[in-house]
Amino acid sequence: MKTIGYIIQKEFKQIFRNKAMLPLIFVLPLIQLIILSNAATFEIQHIKFSYIDQDNTSFSRALIDKFDASPYFNVSTHFSSEKTANLAMLKGDVDVILEIPSYFERDLLKDQKTNLSVIINAIDGAAAGVENVYINQIVQSFNKNAQAKLMQPSDYINKPKTIESIPSFWYNNTLNYKTFMVPGILVLLVTMITLFLSGMNIVREKEIGTLEQMNVTPIKKYQFIIGKLFPFLVLGMLLLTIGLIIAKLIFDVPMVGSLSLMYLYTIIYILVILGMGLFISNFTDTQQQAMFIAWFFVVIFILMSGLFTPIESMPQWAQYLTEFNPIKFYVEVMRMVMLKGADFTDILPQFLKTVGYAIVMNGLAVWSYKKTN
Amino acid sequence: MKRFIGFIKKEFYHIFRDTRSLFILFGMPIAQVMLFGFAITNEINNVNIAFFDKSKDATTQEIITKIVSSSYFSNKQFITNEAEIESAFKKGDIKAVIVFEKDFSEKLIKENKATVQIITDATDPNTANTVNNYVNSILQKYQQETNKSSTTPYVIVPESRMVYNAELKSVFMFVPGVMTIILMLVSAMMTSISITREKELGTMEILLVSPLKPFQVIVGKVVPYIFLSIINAIVIVLLSIFVFEMPVQGSLFLLGFESVLFIINALSLGILISTISKTQQTAMMVSLMGLMLPVILLSGFIFPISSMPYPLQVISNVIPAKWFIIILKGIMLKGVGLAIIWKETLILVAMTVFFIVLSVKKYKIRLE
Repeated sequence: MKTIGYIIQKEFKQIFRNKAMLPLIFVLPLIQLIILSNAATFEIQHIKFSYIDQDNTSFSRALIDKFDASPYFNVSTHFSSEKTANLAMLKGDVDVILEIPSYFERDLLKDQKTNLSVIINAIDGAAAGVENVYINQIVQSFNKNAQAKLMQPSDYINKPKTIESIPSFWYNNTLNYKTFMVPGILVLLVTMITLFLSGMNIVREKEIGTLEQMNVTPIKKYQFIIGKLFPFLVLGMLLLTIGLIIAKLIFDVPMVGSLSLMYLYTIIYILVILGMGLFISNFTDTQQQAMFIAWFFVVIFILMSGLFTPIESMPQWAQYLTEFNPIKFYVEVMRMVMLKGADFTDILPQFLKTVGYAIVMNGLAVWSYKKTN
Repeated sequence: MKRFIGFIKKEFYHIFRDTRSLFILFGMPIAQVMLFGFAITNEINNVNIAFFDKSKDATTQEIITKIVSSSYFSNKQFITNEAEIESAFKKGDIKAVIVFEKDFSEKLIKENKATVQIITDATDPNTANTVNNYVNSILQKYQQETNKSSTTPYVIVPESRMVYNAELKSVFMFVPGVMTIILMLVSAMMTSISITREKELGTMEILLVSPLKPFQVIVGKVVPYIFLSIINAIVIVLLSIFVFEMPVQGSLFLLGFESVLFIINALSLGILISTISKTQQTAMMVSLMGLMLPVILLSGFIFPISSMPYPLQVISNVIPAKWFIIILKGIMLKGVGLAIIWKETLILVAMTVFFIVLSVKKYKIRLE
């Protein structure tokens, strides 16, 4: 026990004496949490909207005013021909072009039906779909107003049946994206810091040659490993705590669930990550190699975690792969507990998988760590 | 010059003798592009949905079949009381519940109006909003079909044309982003580490007292990585063309030129990082912690920049990856030439020059 205490002391001293690292460990992640949580939103707003109005009547202008009034569209420019409009789209200056044909109003009155043509930049397919829905909504509501003005009493004979839908958004009725992203980004930062630091730690001693010195001391294998990893567990928990305080104070993220459950789960989760870090450092000779491998897995874990993009939309084989992704479970648990107030029985499946993962990872790490060369 | 070539040779030996790193350097980007190209999408599909049907009549059955048969939803469940919604949401089993009011079809026939409640788990606002839109459009279609007898006059029909990506494939959105992120991180990380490594091991001292000029030392360090990154870029472009069927509408030559420009940009950023950090550990933390998330989040790779708050839109301008993604999408999907993307190209050039000048200024040829 005393030996472990000494190693832990040494590790902490090393961490706190490296003045260049301290801000990287504590300040950088938190700044990122504050700034980047604002960046991550799929809400489609301020769509760069332009129009070609060949009708140029008060009727067509009323339609454009309708777009102007919508919070989704920024009516930026109007073009006189399709050619100039297309060029602007190529340059990326506009994303939507609405073309109102000549005789738009006249045709509507005469033929009772008229067309509008809309060109949407669809490189971001999902956004283009949403933009299309918004355009349809605006045109429809404009259409309804126009119908109400134009229709004769005789048109009202067959009143259509309407199904009214009432949306109700639970847990987050303002659809605030930040409450969704903040827990997720916090998870990432805790993971990255603990994985990178633990992954590099032992390789560094190998590379500098000090590991040999440690190996010839009477320190036992388990003492060494615990002494090496414990400080990072503390760092991770510290980071989580500061992050949670920021989430509460700055972003006002609701914390419905139990804090102790979150901490309990985080401890087990960090054990998984530390085991992984140790495992990586056992199999590499240089910090460079260790970092490449750690980076490789972190990028995959991040992008396959359901943090930014939904897991349900992935192909089936990819969904199976995500079952091996510890970040996925952590993101799920944090969101469930923080935002929905899930209790222990709700997160039991994730909890058990993480415990299993921790045992396997640390078992492998301890097994592969050898005091002799 | 001969000395310089010798030095570059040494660097190549360094890289090629470390087979493990070499394997990671080439294998990793391929694995990532393949995985992400197939798996990452911002579409919302296969949402688990449940129905709470208080009326259980022919109309609600019909609507339910309509909703279930859509590819947006999967795994339909039926629940029978209000309390089940909460517990199902908490477990995360379902994302939305559609509630039909009592006597649904009776009301629809007698009063011409009935209500459906769409309850969504809005912890994920995007999914919630999209599910809401999907269900609404299904309901609307259903109404239009049943109301066929009563045609309304004066209809405006918007006809949308999706340009550059008619099938709305999300691969087109993500492959350029994945390519950018991998090139950026691999290049910046590799150079920053390889230079600080010499510092940390003490061999930098030897290089500095050699007749090689400091400038040559740096360039010599970077040249091999330029080659490696170019090979990586070629492999990624080939993958995106042949595996993901990305079109290259524009000139392949321009694509190559811009990629080299971006690689040099990322490498010079790596040099800058190495000049300000003393140990490999610091260099790695700066290039990983400092670059990874900002590059993923602020480059427009996943989240549209135009939707961000204004200050962040301004900040996103300093991320080189943002400009490269615009260039890539422009060349590959829109088929534009330098006439249109000269501004983005110029910005990348300016950033590269800035990084290099700053690193030359910061580069210390004397030991402390």
